[in-house]
Amino acid sequence: MVALTVALIAQAWPSIARFGARFLWTARWDVNKQLFGGLTSIYGTLATTLIAMVIAVPLALVIALLLVELAHPLVSRIVGTAIELLAAIPSIIFGMWGAFVLVPLMQNHVQPAIQRTPLGKLPLFTGPPFGIGVLTAGLILFLMVLPFITAVSRDVLRMVPQVVKEAGYGMGSTTWEVTRRISLRYGLSGIVGAVFLGLGRAVGETMAVAYVIGSSHRFRISWFEPGYTIASNLANEFAEAGSSLHRSAMVELALILFAMTIVFQLLAYAWLRRVRSHTGGRA
Amino acid sequence: MSSLEGVPQRSRGRRKLGDRLVRVIAWAAASVGIGAMVWIIVEVVRRGAGAWNWDFFSKMPTAAGAPGGGILNAIVGTLLITGIAALMGIPAGFFAGVYLAEYGRNGRVASTIRLIGNVMMGVPSIIVGVFAYAVVVAPMGHFSAFAGGVALAIIMLPVMARTSEDILNLVPNELRESALAMGASRWRATLGVVVRAARSGLLTAGILAVVRVSGETAPLLLTVLNNNFWSSDIGRPMANMTVTIYQYANTPYADLQQKAWGASLLIIVGVLGANLLVRLIMQRGKEW
Repeated sequence: MVALTVALIAQAWPSIARFGARFLWTARWDVNKQLFGGLTSIYGTLATTLIAMVIAVPLALVIALLLVELAHPLVSRIVGTAIELLAAIPSIIFGMWGAFVLVPLMQNHVQPAIQRTPLGKLPLFTGPPFGIGVLTAGLILFLMVLPFITAVSRDVLRMVPQVVKEAGYGMGSTTWEVTRRISLRYGLSGIVGAVFLGLGRAVGETMAVAYVIGSSHRFRISWFEPGYTIASNLANEFAEAGSSLHRSAMVELALILFAMTIVFQLLAYAWLRRVRSHTGGRA
Repeated sequence: MSSLEGVPQRSRGRRKLGDRLVRVIAWAAASVGIGAMVWIIVEVVRRGAGAWNWDFFSKMPTAAGAPGGGILNAIVGTLLITGIAALMGIPAGFFAGVYLAEYGRNGRVASTIRLIGNVMMGVPSIIVGVFAYAVVVAPMGHFSAFAGGVALAIIMLPVMARTSEDILNLVPNELRESALAMGASRWRATLGVVVRAARSGLLTAGILAVVRVSGETAPLLLTVLNNNFWSSDIGRPMANMTVTIYQYANTPYADLQQKAWGASLLIIVGVLGANLLVRLIMQRGKEW
């Protein structure tokens, strides 16, 4: 870990010294003029992650609820296994599916449909429907982080002591009321931990995003336009970077991404530990 | 009912309706997840099965666009690179797991290592690729299969450590105590008795670690690149399946795109097959 950090900082230093903090809000990425700014990649990373998390968190929570409280144990095991297998599918396969199945679908149906609704007036949904871009990448990321958040939330909900729940049922509550007023509150810090774990996954996903993001360095606010994320930028350009400054700028991006994931992970485990300390279970 | 008059309360019907609504939403959400998985697998099988024939597994690639040929070099390359990674990552991870389960236990050092391991598992594989580039590729001056092996080994290490620790923890304490009571030294008790008792579980841990990296692409792009020709020199760029999939998918040739699907099918069969196998072994191992 220490070696990793030192190596990244050492390699990124020329770029940090040359561009300073401007790197964070400059979108210009011009290999010929040797000017580099990370804004497009950073925006893309945050936007795709936001889309993925906004959809994945509520869905993961209700699936976890289904697995722990609602479904028959046997059904719960089958559904649980299926969701776990979704997590086992490699990133590159998601990419193939995304590029050849999801992109045409987005291009021909989903994106035109969104533009016909009043949402189409928002700057986020303008531009020609190419199928590729930030929104499509966000949707694939959603499928990829869903199993992780589900698995952790399921473990958290399972740790809620049976007695507490039974007390709720004894008062005549319905399953949903017990979940909302008792289990969710009891496991809140664990669920926050699960969200941060999912965040850590989403920001660093590489190949699936590289297939559908569109690989463009021009900064555009719209989610229908091609863009870049830090990880997909690294995957596409790193090996071909001609100059040492170009490569150094890429390592600086890697460093930013690394810092983000470390922060998310540490927050996740801090919250998960809180849950463990007041239930005595192992998260 | 009447005794609660004046107290604001929702009717029983509405509460029951809310409950049922959540149930429907939960099933719908689960269907989205399962549906996506089935859809992806069906697409990979449908589009990839056509690429599978004898040539696909036994021939070298032809020039771009020319029909025929296979991906033999990529299949062998992936096996070699994964093998290099397993040789480094599995033993290191195994000993880390033994330390955590048998020696470190709940001490401060062990807890710190455990936390670092957990965080490492969450570090994106592309970052590991950048690291392997910085410490192996840059000093050597060129891309190599060995550098890819190092990157994959770094990814394997925490996975292997974590699973071996979990599995060693399942071994009942009485076994350790009896071995020590018989006068065995600490390391003999650990390696001769505890590890031996847990060997099927440890085998699973090894499989899981290999499976975890077998679909990795991003770190290889930064370390191994790809190679259109036969190469068994681990100091040079080497063909491998995942980078081949990415490159073929980005070509306009239908034939190469189909090969990319064929290779995807091969990977998915391997990964899901190994996952199911692990589940089977684990189920049998629960008899302790």
